[in-house]
Amino acid sequence: MIQASTRRWWPLFLGPVVVAFVIGFVWPFIQGIYLSFCQFKLIADAKPIGFGNYIRAFKDASFTHAFWYTTLYTVVSLILINVLAFAVAYALTQNIKGSNLFRTVFFMPNLIGGIVLGHIWSMIFDGILSKFGTSIVMDSKYGFWGLIILMCWQQIGYMMIIYIAGLQAVPEDMLEAARIDGATKAQTLFRVTIPNVMPSITICTFLSLTNGFKLFDQNLALTAGQPILTQPGGTAIKTTEMLALNIFTTYNNSSANAHGTAQAKAVIFFVLVAGLGLAQLAFTRKKEVQQ
Amino acid sequence: MKKKVLALVLALVMALALVACGGNGNAPADNGGQTPSTDNQTPSTPSNDDNAAPAASGRVYWLNFKPESDEVLQNVAKMYTDKTGVPVKVVTAAAGTYSQTLNAEMGKSEAPTIFVVGNQAGVRDWTDYALDLNGTAIANELNTDAYNLYDENGKLVSIGYCYESYGIIVNPDLLEKAGHSLDEIKNFDTLKTVVEDIHSRAAELGFDAFTSCDMDSSSSWRFTGHMANLEYYYEQEGTPWTECPATISGKYMDNFKNLYDLCINNSLTAPTDLSVGGHDASDEFRTGKAAFQVQGSWEYEGMKEQVPNATMIPYYCGVAGEEKAGLNCGTENCWAINSKVSAEDQQATMDFMVWCVTDPEASRMLVDTFGVMPYKNAAESTNAFLADANEYSNNGCYVMNWATNFQPNVDEYRAALVSALNAYNADQSDANWEGVRTAFVDGWAAQYQAVNG
Repeated sequence: MIQASTRRWWPLFLGPVVVAFVIGFVWPFIQGIYLSFCQFKLIADAKPIGFGNYIRAFKDASFTHAFWYTTLYTVVSLILINVLAFAVAYALTQNIKGSNLFRTVFFMPNLIGGIVLGHIWSMIFDGILSKFGTSIVMDSKYGFWGLIILMCWQQIGYMMIIYIAGLQAVPEDMLEAARIDGATKAQTLFRVTIPNVMPSITICTFLSLTNGFKLFDQNLALTAGQPILTQPGGTAIKTTEMLALNIFTTYNNSSANAHGTAQAKAVIFFVLVAGLGLAQLAFTRKKEVQQ
Repeated sequence: MKKKVLALVLALVMALALVACGGNGNAPADNGGQTPSTDNQTPSTPSNDDNAAPAASGRVYWLNFKPESDEVLQNVAKMYTDKTGVPVKVVTAAAGTYSQTLNAEMGKSEAPTIFVVGNQAGVRDWTDYALDLNGTAIANELNTDAYNLYDENGKLVSIGYCYESYGIIVNPDLLEKAGHSLDEIKNFDTLKTVVEDIHSRAAELGFDAFTSCDMDSSSSWRFTGHMANLEYYYEQEGTPWTECPATISGKYMDNFKNLYDLCINNSLTAPTDLSVGGHDASDEFRTGKAAFQVQGSWEYEGMKEQVPNATMIPYYCGVAGEEKAGLNCGTENCWAINSKVSAEDQQATMDFMVWCVTDPEASRMLVDTFGVMPYKNAAESTNAFLADANEYSNNGCYVMNWATNFQPNVDEYRAALVSALNAYNADQSDANWEGVRTAFVDGWAAQYQAVNG
């Protein structure tokens, strides 16, 4: 009876989602790929020019710099965010008094938007750095670690929630068995708990990896790529510019090819993020254990 | 039961979301469909304004470039809508984001009908989207051709709606308090003497020489855009550029350095603190904390109450013969009409523009915020700085044109310059000034290549 009505009504339930997905994702995506082969000012009057945009994108030194900078940032933030989030989650599942309050407080930074966070933190950093006669836009080291601190502050609470859920799902009898067998705390953690929370680790590393590559708002608001190094010959490298911001600034250049080149960069960017994300998923899935 | 309720709620939310999506999409179409078809045939002329009967046909959407004028423009827009029934929307792009906003807005179905094309780079980018204004009602209202921008085919892409001047704003009352007078300042050396004297006695006088020279985005353009103009101006050697040169020589960089050093080293804020920013230089000037400010004529309206005697002097920078220098005059404020919107919207926009420059009340409001409007029937300018500019040129001084408008890939060029200046402000070494020179001169060539290569 239920099955029959499901069979009859599924288009009603699935339809809106499919329509929304096509309008909001599939169609713009296809159009985006098409536009990456075009020269255009407005989307309405694009004219195809072949692979020129991709050649320009790969030749662009600032794009290469942004790629390596983003990679470095992602690796560092991935490790820091996940280690710290797991540590906090582990601490807060040890029946500490007030752990619900802590969870709430740690999660709260996530509720603030990236641009706002970027500006607030730039004020905080500048407040400290100005005591030493410098500021966050003066040295790319400050910009880099500033962004790491900001993102840790924002993301740890979110990842913590996922880890807490994972930790709470570790079967009590396994832990008890480990205890009876005389396993030390460290042994229990590395041999029992962590293998059991592998699904959480998979999702958290996936999220922080893709978040790291896609990071935009915070990067724009905190340093916007400053400091800029102008090399002899005049080529300017924005030392703290990440990939997404690089695409954005490329798009807003006043060159006739700016939009197309930015679009080509965006397609490369998509392939990169999707590829890395899938590779990481495949890798960590292998480490998951069946309970 | 609970599950059923939950499912119902979820379904409702989904339905609402869909309705909302559809609603947005349909709204513009509805407006378009409802425009009274009878009005389509009658071409409305400016004289129609007198008729009380609202002949709402078409729409006006002004993508505004001057954040400081937003409030006045909103009021003017409302006045026009109240009077004629034609909807006028004014959207103001945040400082430094005009080109981004324009890119985004022009792609929409309800695109701006008036937008700003302020320089030759803009003309090249947007000429395909601009109506030829030659011989139109608004062009016939102009009293000068000096601020109009044409493309290579002679198409009038945009027309000036105001012009401006910039230089060094001085509070003569404070100079007198310090035992100096404006008449002493004739060139860079005399300016330097006065400025350094005031700065050295700042504690005793209770005010400093220059206001803060912040390098954050709300203030850095005063140096990377305006003060930089003195280098470009003199580099033209009397023959104004007609298009962006592929390279510049930086011949007058030392003069730029003279004035720049004088500003940052004799101001309220130490040079090492400038990269952080956060000071309100205009407020510092208005409240008498400093006697000099690098700024432009648009500041007049905001300071005329508190500093009634404020006056503007040229960028004295140590160039031979600069006793004959005048103010930097020009504009980036030029209207273009979007040629891709419907004829009805174009006509409505044209009517609105003509009304702006002919209606006594509206043009008064606009002239007060813009400084001046170069139109036959617009209100008289009361801007003292623009009067100063005229006085200089009447006295035979040379007007410094806005060669800065040719900066290639302007946002990126200036951002790199800001970064180099930040490094120099923190440590005023020769090596760091070389960095500024590289960003200024080599950066020009590189950005020119990026745009045209």
